[in-house]
Amino acid sequence: MIISVASGKGGTGKTTIAVNLALSLSNVQLLDCDVEEPNCHIFIKPVFENKNTVFIPIPQVDSKKCDGCGRCQEFCAYNAIAVVNKEVLIFPELCHGCGSCAYFCPHGAIKETNKDIGIIEIGKSGEIQFIHGKLNIGMMMSPPVIRAVKKHINKKKTVIIDAPPGTSCPVITAINDTDFVILVTEPTPFGLNDLSLAVEVVRKLKIPFGVIINRSDLGNKKTDEYCVRENIPILMRIPFSKKIAEIYSRGDSIIETLPEYRENFQRLFENIKQGKNWLRIK
Amino acid sequence: MKVAITSSGATLQSNVDPRFGRCPYYIIYDTESGSFKAIENKSSLAGGGAGIQAAQNISDMKVEAVITGNVGPNAFRVLSAASIKIYSGATGSIKGAIEKFKKGEYKETAGPDVESHFGMGRK
Repeated sequence: MIISVASGKGGTGKTTIAVNLALSLSNVQLLDCDVEEPNCHIFIKPVFENKNTVFIPIPQVDSKKCDGCGRCQEFCAYNAIAVVNKEVLIFPELCHGCGSCAYFCPHGAIKETNKDIGIIEIGKSGEIQFIHGKLNIGMMMSPPVIRAVKKHINKKKTVIIDAPPGTSCPVITAINDTDFVILVTEPTPFGLNDLSLAVEVVRKLKIPFGVIINRSDLGNKKTDEYCVRENIPILMRIPFSKKIAEIYSRGDSIIETLPEYRENFQRLFENIKQGKNWLRIK
Repeated sequence: MKVAITSSGATLQSNVDPRFGRCPYYIIYDTESGSFKAIENKSSLAGGGAGIQAAQNISDMKVEAVITGNVGPNAFRVLSAASIKIYSGATGSIKGAIEKFKKGEYKETAGPDVESHFGMGRK
């Protein structure tokens, strides 16, 4: 089973949930797909055994064959190519590596070369198999790195994916093809606003999901009311606690310091696995 | 000589928009005839690369100079390759900017004066 942990708003506790859930279970793979700022490793302190570079194909123009017709520029959906004065200008940081320019060039003047955009690292922390991706600084294209991490999914294990925040391509790449999405939120106006956006995304992808309310005794009741109204199960509540904040700040896990939480996370997993309170997809 | 001015609206009374790639309109002004037309900037809502696409469109219109508030590195690269002169730092009305340009009060810009994504309103 593949469970992804996402949220609309950043800083709600995705990593805390992903890490502690992974540490509470056996036969687990933890994948940190927040490749713009991965941080699961801070908490589980893995030993890395392998490191791979992630490439995307970017166009390279053979000026002898190119007549400056501009077809490549017309086809590029990402504005990564300009053709002025019959000269092709390429902006690799905007290229998504789709290959359209090379495919449609009438003169075969474009070939693709690899540009490295990040790395993935594979390792272990105790019994947990851990993989994360790191997007190179200055790069904007995180989905290829996320896909490279997800290539290592082992379906014989319980797979926990820590997704990036937001509602755009990186999140969709991370949660797509997972069996369940945990949306972590906090009961604040910001938290609720971004939760409702994330719910729209997950419903569009038709993935069963539920909500964890972190710092649940802060803010207001609107998040609860929203979940009831929308028929969304609340899977777990974690109160705002100085103790948990301290554990987090030290880079420790909740379940090792507060062992009662281990059972909570195990119950959370069992409930998800048995489909208890699963949202019926409308 | 055809000059493109980044504009907040479609008339000469509109103000110069400080963003090159994401301004709502371009006023294309002909310095010989004094005529102009307003072109909607289709790149203003582009997901990425607005400056590149805008510079491509300006170049396709055979414009020889651009008057704007700021220009980023990608747009600068395209405009330079297209041999289009850039005059940045303009403010106030389009009409006023044209007058200043005619009097030679603007200095040609030697390089990009803002980072990428300036026009997306983030600080």
